[in-house]
Amino acid sequence: MTVESTAARKPRKRSTGARKASPKASPGARSEPELVQLLTPEGKRVPHAEYEEYVADITPEELRGLYRDMVLTRRFDAEATSLQRQGELGLWASLLGQEAAQIGSGRATRQDDYVFPTYREHGVAWCRGVDPTNLLGMFRGVNHGGWDPNRNNFHLYTIVIGSQTLHATGYAMGLAKDGADSAVIAYFGDGASSQGDVAESFTFSAVYNAPVVFFCQNNQWAISEPTEKQTRVPLYQRAQGYGFPGVRVDGNDVLACLAVTKWALDRARRGEGPTLVEAFTYRMGAHTTSDDPTRYRLDDERLAWEAKDPILRLRTYLEAEGHADEGFFAELEAESEALGRHVREKVRAMPDPDHFAIFENAYADGHALVDEERAQFAAYQASFADGEGA
Amino acid sequence: MAAETVTSKSMALAKAINESLRTALETDPKVLIMGEDVGKLGGVFRVTDGLQKDFGEERVIDTPLAESGIVGTAIGLALRGYRPVVEIQFDGFVFPAYDQIVTQLAKMHARSLGKVKLPVVIRIPYGGGIGAVEHHSESPEALFAHVAGLKVVSPSNSSDAYWMMQQAIQSDDPVIFFEPKRRYWDKGEVDTEAIPGQLHKARVVRPGSDLTLVAYGPMVKVCVEAAAAAEEEGKSLEVLDLRSMSPIDFDSVQTSVEKTGRLVVVHEAPVFLGTGAEIAARITERCFYHLEAPVLRVGGYHAPYPPARLEEEYLPGLDRVLDAVDRSLAY
Repeated sequence: MTVESTAARKPRKRSTGARKASPKASPGARSEPELVQLLTPEGKRVPHAEYEEYVADITPEELRGLYRDMVLTRRFDAEATSLQRQGELGLWASLLGQEAAQIGSGRATRQDDYVFPTYREHGVAWCRGVDPTNLLGMFRGVNHGGWDPNRNNFHLYTIVIGSQTLHATGYAMGLAKDGADSAVIAYFGDGASSQGDVAESFTFSAVYNAPVVFFCQNNQWAISEPTEKQTRVPLYQRAQGYGFPGVRVDGNDVLACLAVTKWALDRARRGEGPTLVEAFTYRMGAHTTSDDPTRYRLDDERLAWEAKDPILRLRTYLEAEGHADEGFFAELEAESEALGRHVREKVRAMPDPDHFAIFENAYADGHALVDEERAQFAAYQASFADGEGA
Repeated sequence: MAAETVTSKSMALAKAINESLRTALETDPKVLIMGEDVGKLGGVFRVTDGLQKDFGEERVIDTPLAESGIVGTAIGLALRGYRPVVEIQFDGFVFPAYDQIVTQLAKMHARSLGKVKLPVVIRIPYGGGIGAVEHHSESPEALFAHVAGLKVVSPSNSSDAYWMMQQAIQSDDPVIFFEPKRRYWDKGEVDTEAIPGQLHKARVVRPGSDLTLVAYGPMVKVCVEAAAAAEEEGKSLEVLDLRSMSPIDFDSVQTSVEKTGRLVVVHEAPVFLGTGAEIAARITERCFYHLEAPVLRVGGYHAPYPPARLEEEYLPGLDRVLDAVDRSLAY
């Protein structure tokens, strides 16, 4: 539900059970808000008064498509985790558990919309058509981002959390100046919600009525810090203070994420300004492959969220409705394995960059010092007998 | 600059920047002005005076009071194809934006493997000498020159102010444009039809043969005055206006030092790890056998910028420059 409507009427929607699973309710959040849900954890389709229209005409084929997206994204993610374990990647930030939030919101975007991700938006990248192996370059250490942002309107991963929300806002201000009816979506997490840049992006986007959707995946944990270390109120309610609507959506419900994001993007296109969407979800894995969640959270919590798995619930629904048969699932399994193989092979074959890449692109118009140091480096490299450098 | 052409006009340094911004707004529809109070007020130093009136609120944008937000949204606008010229109201207010400048603005071209260019100019009125309160008199240029991906310049006179701003806006790299606020009201000839020199090239302001004085921004005037005073004592000082702190035109400094054999670098910023330190190191490497004396530096002390009643003691003035000149010549 929107912030604007909370005061006006009593909560009337079902409890979703999400509250029980959340670690200790925040003291400030006396009544834990309900979240928008269209597909229950048990795989039951439930209508929603406000957001139903955004998925009302969804076809079985599109539903299968969402399922396929989530399965392949999860498979890609698992492969990347394995590749890190095998020493092929230096690090990996897994999206396990957040597939619905990312595929739902990602599939809500239009081609001409622009996406500003964090470093975990592998599912959104998939929706935007970014070659998944391109995402791995930075984690392998061969570059800091290997794709052209303007090719898929998918900006580079931003590692310093929250910074990209300002870039998204500025880009959206530019869209408005150009009179374009495209919109921008900025991803960030519960941890980033504490950053000043996120607060400033809310201020700027509200003041300039910028066509931007702030999509916060509240996965409950910012490395080891639970959400109550970031906020005393449910995150979506922050929007109210800035003068735009905030909605909490079941982040493990791909249909709800799709519907609410479409609604928010439509608002932006119509010139109604920013929206904050809080996708209530769970980081099933570690923060990154360097993290050890057993030091700060109980396995029970993870198990409770496992029952709300985003992929399983859609499969239950597809099967119950007869929208997908065994053949579909078998084919997808094969496709999934092929993707894993493809990623594995591409990563292993990824060459190390040329030594001189250090100096490339430090500046667009060149810089005398960089030229001088490149020449010194070249002379040093050439001083070795085999010409191969140290 | 050539004063004899009809296109040349005398104007204050602040007005020269204003004219330059006006020219940029007129010639390139993608140029935007952003900052606190830059609209109706025309900026606290009136550098953007009249621009919003003539170009509208869509192009001359009063922003919320949030420096990180100003630079962060300017980056977003640049990603969309705009060329924002951002004003940070005072030197000491830039630090909330430092993260966006260092972490995002400076690195985007490299991390995108050259696919993303961010032609953003960040204007910062800097330096002391106007009797201001705390955080209004600082010279943080070394903190930016240290960062790969940024270019850092500072004009010392009206003509450079006009042309260097034109060139900074045309640059596809982010440029930190330090404006010597105590020289805002100094007048000089500006020829808007002239062919300007290169943005990152130093300029010999006054030729000499005994010692080289290198300065930039507000200190160029002090060094020219010091050279005039020294001349009366029979010393011939060459004054070089560095103009650019990243990149630094070491070739021009080298040429001068090979001639004079002595170098004193002058800036308002603290000398410790400052522009002068880098010049001293490089010139020592390049001109070791030409140097008659160690490279000396004159600048601020390793202490916070003092209250206004003490700034005359803190800032390098004519006498401190001449003291360093004497010490160098005594070797």
